[in-house]
Amino acid sequence: MIPVHWYLFLGTGLFTVGVIGVLTRRNVIVILMSIELILNAVNINLVAFSQYFHSVDGQVFAIFVITDAAAEAAVGLGLLIALFRNKETVNADEIDILKW
Amino acid sequence: MEHTTIAEVAFFALSAVAMSSAILVITRRNPVHSAICLIVTLLSVAGIFLMQHAEFLFAVQIILYVGGIMVLYLFVIMLVNLDVAAKQAQFTRQWFVAAFTAIVLTAELGYGLYRGRAAFSLAPPVTNPPAVNNTQAVAMSLYQNYMLPVEIASVMLLVAIVGAVVMAKRKFE
Repeated sequence: MIPVHWYLFLGTGLFTVGVIGVLTRRNVIVILMSIELILNAVNINLVAFSQYFHSVDGQVFAIFVITDAAAEAAVGLGLLIALFRNKETVNADEIDILKW
Repeated sequence: MEHTTIAEVAFFALSAVAMSSAILVITRRNPVHSAICLIVTLLSVAGIFLMQHAEFLFAVQIILYVGGIMVLYLFVIMLVNLDVAAKQAQFTRQWFVAAFTAIVLTAELGYGLYRGRAAFSLAPPVTNPPAVNNTQAVAMSLYQNYMLPVEIASVMLLVAIVGAVVMAKRKFE
Protein backbone atom coordinates (compact mmCIF):
# COMPACT_ATOMS: atom_id res chain seq x y z
CA MET A 1 0.00 0.00 0.00
CA ILE A 2 1.27 3.44 -0.97
CA PRO A 3 2.03 5.63 2.08
CA VAL A 4 -0.29 8.60 2.25
CA HIS A 5 2.45 11.23 2.21
CA TRP A 6 3.48 10.23 -1.30
CA TYR A 7 0.08 11.40 -2.48
CA LEU A 8 0.59 14.60 -0.50
CA PHE A 9 3.94 15.18 -2.25
CA LEU A 10 2.25 14.69 -5.64
CA GLY A 11 -0.49 17.12 -4.61
CA THR A 12 2.12 19.66 -3.52
CA GLY A 13 3.91 19.35 -6.85
CA LEU A 14 0.77 19.81 -8.93
CA PHE A 15 -0.31 22.72 -6.70
CA THR A 16 3.05 24.45 -7.24
CA VAL A 17 2.90 24.04 -10.99
CA GLY A 18 -0.61 25.51 -10.93
CA VAL A 19 0.47 28.48 -8.77
CA ILE A 20 3.43 29.21 -11.03
CA GLY A 21 1.09 29.07 -14.04
CA VAL A 22 -1.36 31.50 -12.45
CA LEU A 23 1.38 33.93 -11.42
CA THR A 24 3.54 33.94 -14.53
CA ARG A 25 1.38 33.40 -17.61
CA ARG A 26 -0.23 36.27 -19.51
CA ASN A 27 -2.88 34.26 -21.34
CA VAL A 28 -6.16 34.20 -19.40
CA ILE A 29 -7.14 30.77 -20.78
CA VAL A 30 -3.89 29.22 -19.50
CA ILE A 31 -4.46 30.92 -16.11
CA LEU A 32 -7.89 29.26 -15.91
CA MET A 33 -6.32 25.90 -16.82
CA SER A 34 -3.74 26.39 -14.04
CA ILE A 35 -6.61 26.88 -11.60
CA GLU A 36 -7.92 23.48 -12.73
CA LEU A 37 -4.48 22.03 -11.90
CA ILE A 38 -4.67 23.51 -8.39
CA LEU A 39 -8.17 22.06 -7.86
CA ASN A 40 -6.92 18.65 -8.98
CA ALA A 41 -4.07 18.80 -6.47
CA VAL A 42 -6.65 19.45 -3.76
CA ASN A 43 -8.71 16.49 -4.99
CA ILE A 44 -5.69 14.17 -4.79
CA ASN A 45 -5.16 15.16 -1.15
CA LEU A 46 -8.84 14.73 -0.29
CA VAL A 47 -9.02 11.28 -1.86
CA ALA A 48 -5.74 10.22 -0.24
CA PHE A 49 -7.05 11.05 3.21
CA SER A 50 -10.41 9.51 2.34
CA GLN A 51 -8.66 6.23 1.62
CA TYR A 52 -6.42 6.57 4.68
CA PHE A 53 -9.32 7.02 7.10
CA HIS A 54 -11.60 4.53 5.25
CA SER A 55 -14.29 7.16 5.02
CA VAL A 56 -16.00 8.40 1.86
CA ASP A 57 -16.35 11.96 3.16
CA GLY A 58 -13.19 13.05 1.36
CA GLN A 59 -14.53 11.71 -1.93
CA VAL A 60 -17.80 13.58 -1.38
CA PHE A 61 -15.78 16.75 -0.81
CA ALA A 62 -13.87 16.04 -4.04
CA ILE A 63 -17.20 15.82 -5.88
CA PHE A 64 -18.11 19.26 -4.56
CA VAL A 65 -14.72 20.57 -5.68
CA ILE A 66 -15.37 19.19 -9.17
CA THR A 67 -18.77 20.90 -9.14
CA ASP A 68 -17.02 24.14 -8.22
CA ALA A 69 -14.53 23.64 -11.04
CA ALA A 70 -17.35 23.20 -13.55
CA ALA A 71 -19.10 26.37 -12.36
CA GLU A 72 -15.82 28.28 -12.36
CA ALA A 73 -15.00 27.14 -15.90
CA ALA A 74 -18.44 28.15 -17.19
CA VAL A 75 -18.41 31.61 -15.58
CA GLY A 76 -14.72 32.25 -16.31
CA LEU A 77 -15.01 31.34 -19.97
CA GLY A 78 -18.22 33.41 -20.29
CA LEU A 79 -16.31 36.36 -18.84
CA LEU A 80 -13.46 35.68 -21.22
CA ILE A 81 -15.77 35.77 -24.26
CA ALA A 82 -17.34 39.06 -23.07
CA LEU A 83 -13.87 40.46 -22.45
CA PHE A 84 -12.55 39.44 -25.84
CA ARG A 85 -15.55 41.07 -27.52
CA ASN A 86 -14.83 44.39 -25.79
CA LYS A 87 -11.03 44.51 -25.55
CA GLU A 88 -9.82 42.16 -28.34
CA THR A 89 -7.19 40.66 -26.05
CA VAL A 90 -6.66 37.60 -23.86
CA ASN A 91 -3.59 38.94 -22.04
CA ALA A 92 -4.11 39.42 -18.34
CA ASP A 93 -1.78 42.42 -18.08
CA GLU A 94 -3.61 44.33 -20.81
CA ILE A 95 -6.89 44.07 -18.91
CA ASP A 96 -6.29 47.23 -16.90
CA ILE A 97 -9.55 49.09 -17.49
CA LEU A 98 -10.01 49.64 -13.75
CA LYS A 99 -6.58 51.37 -13.66
CA TRP A 100 -7.83 54.45 -15.53
CA MET B 1 4.94 -7.98 -1.65
CA GLU B 2 4.62 -8.34 -5.41
CA HIS B 3 1.33 -6.47 -5.30
CA THR B 4 2.93 -3.58 -3.40
CA THR B 5 5.68 -3.24 -5.96
CA ILE B 6 3.21 -3.08 -8.84
CA ALA B 7 1.22 -0.41 -7.01
CA GLU B 8 4.36 1.65 -6.42
CA VAL B 9 5.41 1.39 -10.06
CA ALA B 10 1.93 2.44 -11.16
CA PHE B 11 1.96 5.35 -8.72
CA PHE B 12 5.34 6.62 -9.93
CA ALA B 13 4.38 6.24 -13.58
CA LEU B 14 1.11 8.11 -13.11
CA SER B 15 2.80 10.82 -11.03
CA ALA B 16 5.54 11.30 -13.60
CA VAL B 17 3.02 11.63 -16.42
CA ALA B 18 0.87 14.01 -14.36
CA MET B 19 3.74 16.25 -13.32
CA SER B 20 5.45 16.41 -16.72
CA SER B 21 2.24 17.19 -18.59
CA ALA B 22 1.31 19.75 -15.90
CA ILE B 23 4.62 21.51 -16.56
CA LEU B 24 3.87 21.35 -20.30
CA VAL B 25 0.47 23.00 -19.61
CA ILE B 26 2.10 26.15 -18.26
CA THR B 27 4.96 26.32 -20.75
CA ARG B 28 3.33 25.69 -24.13
CA ARG B 29 2.85 28.71 -26.37
CA ASN B 30 -0.32 27.44 -28.07
CA PRO B 31 -3.32 27.18 -25.68
CA VAL B 32 -4.67 24.18 -27.63
CA HIS B 33 -1.49 22.27 -26.77
CA SER B 34 -1.91 23.38 -23.15
CA ALA B 35 -5.45 22.00 -23.15
CA ILE B 36 -4.31 18.66 -24.59
CA CYS B 37 -1.57 18.40 -21.93
CA LEU B 38 -4.12 19.28 -19.26
CA ILE B 39 -6.30 16.41 -20.50
CA VAL B 40 -3.32 14.04 -20.07
CA THR B 41 -2.82 15.37 -16.52
CA LEU B 42 -6.49 14.90 -15.69
CA LEU B 43 -6.41 11.32 -17.00
CA SER B 44 -3.35 10.55 -14.84
CA VAL B 45 -5.12 12.01 -11.81
CA ALA B 46 -8.10 9.80 -12.69
CA GLY B 47 -5.74 6.83 -12.66
CA ILE B 48 -4.51 7.85 -9.21
CA PHE B 49 -8.14 8.02 -8.03
CA LEU B 50 -8.60 4.48 -9.34
CA MET B 51 -5.49 3.35 -7.43
CA GLN B 52 -7.07 4.71 -4.24
CA HIS B 53 -10.28 2.70 -4.81
CA ALA B 54 -12.30 5.82 -5.60
CA GLU B 55 -14.02 4.28 -8.62
CA PHE B 56 -16.90 6.72 -8.69
CA LEU B 57 -14.55 9.74 -8.71
CA PHE B 58 -12.55 8.06 -11.48
CA ALA B 59 -15.66 7.95 -13.65
CA VAL B 60 -16.69 11.49 -12.65
CA GLN B 61 -13.21 12.80 -13.44
CA ILE B 62 -13.24 11.32 -16.93
CA ILE B 63 -16.86 12.08 -17.82
CA LEU B 64 -17.12 15.54 -16.25
CA TYR B 65 -13.60 16.94 -16.45
CA VAL B 66 -12.25 15.44 -19.63
CA GLY B 67 -15.57 15.08 -21.40
CA GLY B 68 -17.23 18.29 -20.22
CA ILE B 69 -14.97 21.00 -18.89
CA MET B 70 -12.07 20.45 -21.28
CA VAL B 71 -14.41 20.40 -24.30
CA LEU B 72 -15.76 23.74 -23.06
CA TYR B 73 -12.20 25.08 -22.88
CA LEU B 74 -11.42 23.88 -26.39
CA PHE B 75 -14.61 25.47 -27.74
CA VAL B 76 -13.70 28.81 -26.17
CA ILE B 77 -10.12 28.60 -27.47
CA MET B 78 -11.56 28.16 -30.95
CA LEU B 79 -14.08 31.00 -30.47
CA VAL B 80 -11.40 33.43 -29.32
CA ASN B 81 -8.90 34.38 -31.99
CA LEU B 82 -5.52 33.62 -30.46
CA ASP B 83 -3.18 34.02 -33.41
CA VAL B 84 -2.05 37.43 -32.17
CA ALA B 85 -1.59 36.34 -28.57
CA ALA B 86 0.44 33.27 -29.55
CA LYS B 87 3.09 35.48 -31.15
CA GLN B 88 3.47 37.76 -28.13
CA ALA B 89 5.46 37.19 -24.96
CA GLN B 90 3.93 34.37 -22.94
CA PHE B 91 5.12 35.34 -19.46
CA THR B 92 4.55 38.45 -17.39
CA ARG B 93 7.41 40.77 -16.54
CA GLN B 94 7.52 39.63 -12.92
CA TRP B 95 7.72 35.95 -13.87
CA PHE B 96 11.07 35.40 -12.15
CA VAL B 97 9.93 36.79 -8.79
CA ALA B 98 6.65 34.88 -9.05
CA ALA B 99 8.30 31.56 -9.87
CA PHE B 100 10.94 32.05 -7.17
CA THR B 101 8.28 32.79 -4.53
CA ALA B 102 6.20 29.78 -5.56
CA ILE B 103 9.23 27.48 -5.47
CA VAL B 104 10.25 28.74 -2.02
CA LEU B 105 6.69 28.13 -0.81
CA THR B 106 6.83 24.60 -2.19
CA ALA B 107 10.20 23.93 -0.58
CA GLU B 108 8.74 24.92 2.77
CA LEU B 109 5.64 22.79 2.18
CA GLY B 110 7.69 19.82 1.05
CA TYR B 111 10.09 20.15 3.97
CA GLY B 112 7.19 20.30 6.45
CA LEU B 113 5.61 17.25 4.85
CA TYR B 114 8.91 15.40 4.87
CA ARG B 115 9.53 16.19 8.52
CA GLY B 116 5.98 15.25 9.50
CA ARG B 117 5.67 12.12 7.37
CA ALA B 118 6.04 9.84 10.40
CA ALA B 119 2.75 11.21 11.72
CA PHE B 120 0.91 9.64 8.79
CA SER B 121 2.04 6.13 9.61
CA LEU B 122 1.58 6.21 13.40
CA ALA B 123 -2.05 5.11 13.39
CA PRO B 124 -2.60 2.28 10.93
CA PRO B 125 -6.07 2.54 9.45
CA VAL B 126 -8.64 -0.15 10.04
CA THR B 127 -8.25 -2.89 7.51
CA ASN B 128 -11.72 -4.40 7.38
CA PRO B 129 -13.11 -4.10 3.85
CA PRO B 130 -16.01 -1.71 3.37
CA ALA B 131 -19.40 -3.40 3.48
CA VAL B 132 -20.76 -1.67 0.39
CA ASN B 133 -19.04 -0.74 -2.87
CA ASN B 134 -17.61 2.68 -3.49
CA THR B 135 -20.41 4.18 -5.59
CA GLN B 136 -23.05 3.04 -3.13
CA ALA B 137 -21.10 4.45 -0.17
CA VAL B 138 -20.59 7.80 -1.92
CA ALA B 139 -24.27 7.97 -2.81
CA MET B 140 -25.31 7.18 0.76
CA SER B 141 -23.02 9.86 2.14
CA LEU B 142 -23.98 12.38 -0.55
CA TYR B 143 -27.74 12.04 -0.14
CA GLN B 144 -27.91 11.48 3.62
CA ASN B 145 -25.13 13.37 5.41
CA TYR B 146 -24.54 16.00 2.74
CA MET B 147 -28.09 16.68 1.56
CA LEU B 148 -27.98 20.44 2.12
CA PRO B 149 -24.57 20.93 0.41
CA VAL B 150 -25.90 19.01 -2.59
CA GLU B 151 -28.84 21.39 -2.84
CA ILE B 152 -26.55 24.40 -2.46
CA ALA B 153 -24.26 23.00 -5.16
CA SER B 154 -27.23 22.57 -7.51
CA VAL B 155 -28.29 26.20 -6.92
CA MET B 156 -24.69 27.30 -7.53
CA LEU B 157 -24.60 25.40 -10.82
CA LEU B 158 -27.87 27.06 -11.87
CA VAL B 159 -26.45 30.49 -11.03
CA ALA B 160 -23.27 29.65 -12.96
CA ILE B 161 -25.28 28.58 -16.03
CA VAL B 162 -27.38 31.75 -15.97
CA GLY B 163 -24.27 33.89 -15.36
CA ALA B 164 -22.36 32.30 -18.22
CA VAL B 165 -25.29 32.79 -20.61
CA VAL B 166 -25.78 36.42 -19.55
CA MET B 167 -22.10 37.29 -19.85
CA ALA B 168 -21.51 35.54 -23.15
CA LYS B 169 -24.65 37.06 -24.71
CA ARG B 170 -23.89 39.40 -27.57
CA LYS B 171 -25.87 42.39 -26.39
CA PHE B 172 -27.95 43.48 -23.44
CA GLU B 173 -31.47 44.35 -24.58
